[in-house]
Amino acid sequence: MEYQAKELFSAHGVPGLPGVVVTDAEAARAAAAKLGTTVVVKAQVKTGGRGKAGGVKLAGSAAEAAEKAGAILGMDIKGHTVHRVLVTEATDIAAEYYVSLLVDRANRTYLAMASAEGGMEIEQLAVERPEALAKVPVDALRGVDEQVARQIVEAAGFPAAAPPAVVDQVVAILQQLWTVFVEEDATLVEVNPLVRTPEDRVLALDGKVSLDENASFRHPAHEVFVDKSADDPLERAAKEKDLNYVKLDGEVGIIGNGAGLVMSTLDVVAYAGEEFGGVRPANFLDIGGGASAEVMANGLEIVLSDPAVRSVFVNVFGGITACDAVADGIVSAVEMLQARGETIDRPLVVRLDGNNAAEGRRILDEAEHDIVELVDTMDEAARRVAELAAQGA
Amino acid sequence: MSIFLSETSRVIVQGMTGSEGRKHTQRMLAAGTAIVGGVTPGKGGQSVEFDAGTVPVFGSVAEAVAETGADTSVVFVPPRFARGAVVESVDAQVPLVVVITEGIPVHDTAAFFAYAQQAGGTRIIGPNCPGLISPGRSNAGIIPADITKAGRIGLVSKSGTLTYQMMYELRDIGFSTCVGIGGDPIVGTTHIDCLQAFSDDPGTDAIVMIGEIGGDAEERAAEYIAGNVTKPVVGYVAGFTAPEGKTMGHAGAIISGSAGTASAKKEALEAVGVKVGRTPSETARLMRAIMEGIA
Repeated sequence: MEYQAKELFSAHGVPGLPGVVVTDAEAARAAAAKLGTTVVVKAQVKTGGRGKAGGVKLAGSAAEAAEKAGAILGMDIKGHTVHRVLVTEATDIAAEYYVSLLVDRANRTYLAMASAEGGMEIEQLAVERPEALAKVPVDALRGVDEQVARQIVEAAGFPAAAPPAVVDQVVAILQQLWTVFVEEDATLVEVNPLVRTPEDRVLALDGKVSLDENASFRHPAHEVFVDKSADDPLERAAKEKDLNYVKLDGEVGIIGNGAGLVMSTLDVVAYAGEEFGGVRPANFLDIGGGASAEVMANGLEIVLSDPAVRSVFVNVFGGITACDAVADGIVSAVEMLQARGETIDRPLVVRLDGNNAAEGRRILDEAEHDIVELVDTMDEAARRVAELAAQGA
Repeated sequence: MSIFLSETSRVIVQGMTGSEGRKHTQRMLAAGTAIVGGVTPGKGGQSVEFDAGTVPVFGSVAEAVAETGADTSVVFVPPRFARGAVVESVDAQVPLVVVITEGIPVHDTAAFFAYAQQAGGTRIIGPNCPGLISPGRSNAGIIPADITKAGRIGLVSKSGTLTYQMMYELRDIGFSTCVGIGGDPIVGTTHIDCLQAFSDDPGTDAIVMIGEIGGDAEERAAEYIAGNVTKPVVGYVAGFTAPEGKTMGHAGAIISGSAGTASAKKEALEAVGVKVGRTPSETARLMRAIMEGIA
């Protein structure tokens, strides 16, 4: 969220305006009184378009700040409820700019983007006036030093648009943003807008920072930024069990091993579903290459706790973990769930392929779980599970 | 013939003394890989027993290379040590470094990739990948060695289990080399690098390319194919039903706005004459038809 980005900016010396995050109107009044100026009250939600939604208001007095905060708190902006507002000093704006640093997948390095023309959605600017948005590759080993920062502002046309003192401030800010980017392990650092005040001060008025979860081991302080409040209760429950689960809106529960295979399974089920009244996958769940019994049991539990699910497709390729081990895993998972008092009341279609597939199928046959149906190929299994989902409607 | 990895490759394993490293060294040896050493800082002089024999442990990559003439390193070290491990291999001028480790911070990958580019002599595969196998010759990574035989199809894929699925479906025809390039935002070897190598490899007749949502690697590969690849290419793209803005397992597998969709990738590939299967099995059938036409 904005205030969290600003905390990281401020920690690395990026100039901004003082502000306080509050959760109720009275605290907003106190914060505005302390700042002693006209303030802006801004909804703190993880989505754009807050201004248009009425989540950003100017307040000329402490009383007005309390009133505006009261109106904004609890507001719904694009499905996000506002629990916090930022009360920050207001400033007059002479010009708006844009700067960002990000990971550039295509060039396998970093990219700096900058524009001396702000006040516009950056995606819109990129489409409508691409020449106004400079994109400068940044060498991962060299980073953004003063010389590189100057190249970026020149490419973005700052020298023609602003006096030298302002250009120098942007050059300094780019270097500070670089330290935010690398020292905080960010994948994106964006300031929009970067503003120039009538007094020619340059300030980061609003911003966004995306942090790399893979780097959390070296940033214990980032723990506070981790958003555990997944909007969907099933996703939240899955997260607690370290399952890689994404809730979708269909009727066929999906469990598979390996991200690519699971994504592919969703597609194959959706195609098959076209024949059966348009049934669709209910979720993405990757239980990992190993496919252990416990993870399988946890996965089944989450998938079956989705009331929309009418049938479940377990699609496993036995590679390193051969199919006999996977079959043992499915049998124990079903037993584990029964021992936990869960009834498995919807059919499971299992497709096992790969190493020791015959042995795996024999194990499942012998276990004689009448809810488990074995199908040899992925395409046929997808057809069958879609058919069962359609019947269960 | 094969690409990047052959029966003459001399392989060291960075992190061989750890549990994953040990388990997969055993498997690589069983697949016939010439594993000539392991590297674990502080454990130089030790050795590890495997079914296929004893493998010496060296304290540094430089030492391992000097003693064994290794030309390939497979990296299993934990994420926090991965950058240092890769840089060590680049410094020792190891020509091929296969990074299996999952969960490496993207800044570390960007740094070791840039470092290798600057040094010039090292190809990195991965990170967060299953590695590569030239069936019957050598296996560097965690791809199961016994699901396919040697043959003349080349395979490049972002996904591990989809790679295995495809290898298995076409196991009777066989593969020259299968490369799992990994699904991270920054990877050392791209689809294009592999397409180029397969094009140049006299042992490869046709190529299967497996992609997934996110980024524009498949679109750029299509462009490359149009101008440079005359061997038949069959494609598959996973993630047609993936919703926008949700990461599907792989860190790089995310659709942002209208960019990175499976449909856009399929269209780009088909526009340059690549046949794209709707399912992995259909993709395998397309490739089977091509190989039968060649035979």
